[in-house]
Amino acid sequence: MSLDTAEVRTERTERSGGRAYLSLFKALGRGWIRDRSQIFFTILLPLMFMVLLASVFGSGDTAASRIVAVGDVAVLDGADPDAFTVTEAGDLDEALAMLRDGDADAAVVQDGATVRIYPSATNSTSGAIAEGRLASLIDDVNVEVLSAAAPGEPVLETEVEEADGGSLRPIQYLAPGILAWGVAISGVFGAAGTIVDWKRDKLLRRLRLTPASVRTFLGAKISVNLVVAVGQTAIFLAVAALGFGLRLSAWTWFAVPLVLLGTLAFLAIGVVIGGIAQTSPAAAGLSNLVTMPMAFVSGAFYPLALSPEWVQAISYLSPMRYLNEALQSVVVYGEPPSAVLPQIGFLAAFAAIVALVSWKTFKFDEL
Amino acid sequence: MDAAIEVADLRKTYRGRRTGAIRAVDGVSFRVERGEFFGILGPNGAGKTTTLEIVEGLRKPDSGTVRLLGRSPWPHSPELTGRLGVQLQASAFFEFLTAREQIETFAELYGASKARAAEMLDLVGLAEHANVRCEKLSGGQQQRLSIACALVGDPELVFLDEPTAALDPQARRNLWDLMRSINAEGRTVVLTTHYMEEAEALCDRVAIMDAGRIRAVDSPAGFVKGLDAPTKVTVAAGQLSGERVQELAAGEPVAADEAAVVFETRDPRKLLTALASDGALEGLSVRTANLEDVFLHVTGREWRG
Ligand SMILES: Nc1ncnc2c1ncn2[C@@H]1O[C@H](COP(=O)(O)OP(=O)(O)OP(=O)(O)O)[C@@H](O)[C@H]1O
Ligand SMILES: [Mg+2]
Repeated sequence: MSLDTAEVRTERTERSGGRAYLSLFKALGRGWIRDRSQIFFTILLPLMFMVLLASVFGSGDTAASRIVAVGDVAVLDGADPDAFTVTEAGDLDEALAMLRDGDADAAVVQDGATVRIYPSATNSTSGAIAEGRLASLIDDVNVEVLSAAAPGEPVLETEVEEADGGSLRPIQYLAPGILAWGVAISGVFGAAGTIVDWKRDKLLRRLRLTPASVRTFLGAKISVNLVVAVGQTAIFLAVAALGFGLRLSAWTWFAVPLVLLGTLAFLAIGVVIGGIAQTSPAAAGLSNLVTMPMAFVSGAFYPLALSPEWVQAISYLSPMRYLNEALQSVVVYGEPPSAVLPQIGFLAAFAAIVALVSWKTFKFDEL
Repeated sequence: MDAAIEVADLRKTYRGRRTGAIRAVDGVSFRVERGEFFGILGPNGAGKTTTLEIVEGLRKPDSGTVRLLGRSPWPHSPELTGRLGVQLQASAFFEFLTAREQIETFAELYGASKARAAEMLDLVGLAEHANVRCEKLSGGQQQRLSIACALVGDPELVFLDEPTAALDPQARRNLWDLMRSINAEGRTVVLTTHYMEEAEALCDRVAIMDAGRIRAVDSPAGFVKGLDAPTKVTVAAGQLSGERVQELAAGEPVAADEAAVVFETRDPRKLLTALASDGALEGLSVRTANLEDVFLHVTGREWRG
């Protein structure tokens, strides 16, 4: 231990700029990885939501309806195996028992020209779907019979095309929304919680007395959050694709810059909250107060088109709306980044405004 | 060469919505020479931490000037902070890091090596706890880690805000040795403390602070001398006759009860020699005036640190 000369010191401090950033990044990153609650909020909670919502909205519209045929049901002979799985039952009682136990969606009895359908009451949604499909199957058979009987007579045919450019299974719709929400909560809660922690443990005050500047420290902290957001996105999309059949477009990689931009906006919101709150529970409560409404009006969990008009109107204020729309466009519909420029613009403007507000209102003295 | 610290007429008032205005620092001036061991002694709320924070550049004073190693601590400059070592009153650590990771991070910020970090950890007796997460360290261990972090950058000027507050007596003695050796290496040390004996044992000069003001600055010996207080010599009762007691007191104040006889003398050497030749040394204790008496004298108030 000896006192260095002045020259050695200047050289030392000059070297330490980039190094300081790296060592702070490492220290904060390690801290993040070891914090179980962060992992839970960032990685597990969105995945849990995906499991939950995917099962609530179900895959009922895509799975084949389970039909129990009682005796010989000729109309089912031409059934599309993608739409119907047919099992047979000896008599009606046995078929009805299967319905009650939830083992089938509808039972069918054909008595000459009469087809009797018993939709499931136990599982009324799948029952209704099965009923609808059977009805349209019968219509198709009727059309065939009629056109065979009167060959010159024109008959109407229906062709159903799925809107929104292809079949949209619930996961295709839900995944971008849940991801946007996950990015939002980890950004808002993360930043607000961190700032309250800093107020409490005075780490920032101590760091202000090292040669590293506060800017380096904030830069390192934001970098950790950005890296986390990218990791979160990758894990989430991988699980959604492999476990839930989400089809990823070729433009999926563009989710990365979108999520980064969104994270900046959400971090800025979190900084404002962290500036107001004095304790961790207060920070968490305020974060909830902000993210919940933001999520509900964003169209992340429920299509905006089906929402009341006032919800649609305030949705324009929610940065999650833009993130959700942009993610949906590039990840699910495979639109190029140029198609989401308006959303990018809104997100960037939102991030800039909130960052400005947080910068102006923040009392650095409290740290 | 500039002084290590030059402070002139610092003032800082905290304004709280409920508490009203608190004059935490109320016209403080002092100067610390390079290589000096300077102490700020005062009771809770005296304004020690606030003063230190202003000097370090963490807080802006309402008025007054600070020069640290010849320059202003404000705005932040890496050249200056690289030469300072700071232990704040409340330990501040990166969450979820071990003691070693913690000090290595600080070492990197100061451009010091890992070896230096390990050396400092060892110096404060935390080598065995290197792999323990900071939040799991005891209060005293945290305090020692925070001192190690203050020293890791090989500072010229070290600020220690109540470094021994949470330590057990053994650890406190060890830390005293450590602080002496830091100072002996040529570093300037500024220490705040509640403990009279700590200031007396370590400091070249002590500032006595109370209610936002520095009441007096002197060396511990200078203070005691200036106080010109008698030495109290106590022996167990029953060894000396009443006559002999009066004779030994030689006109100076003396008090006797059934347990002890207490002399107040200006010439303790003569009295002690006489007591020894009388063979009356049972229960002997000698107490010279200390900073506690100085505090009473300077502030007019009993020490309640
Ligand atoms: N951040 C703050 N806001 C408002 N008042 C404060 C603040 N910090 C300190 N004070 C008040 O200023 C006065 C001086 O406080 P300071 O912490 O400087 O004292 P101290 O001498 O360090 O005390 P201690 O020995 O307890 O550490 C106290 O009355 C305290 O209540
Ligand atoms: Mg204090």
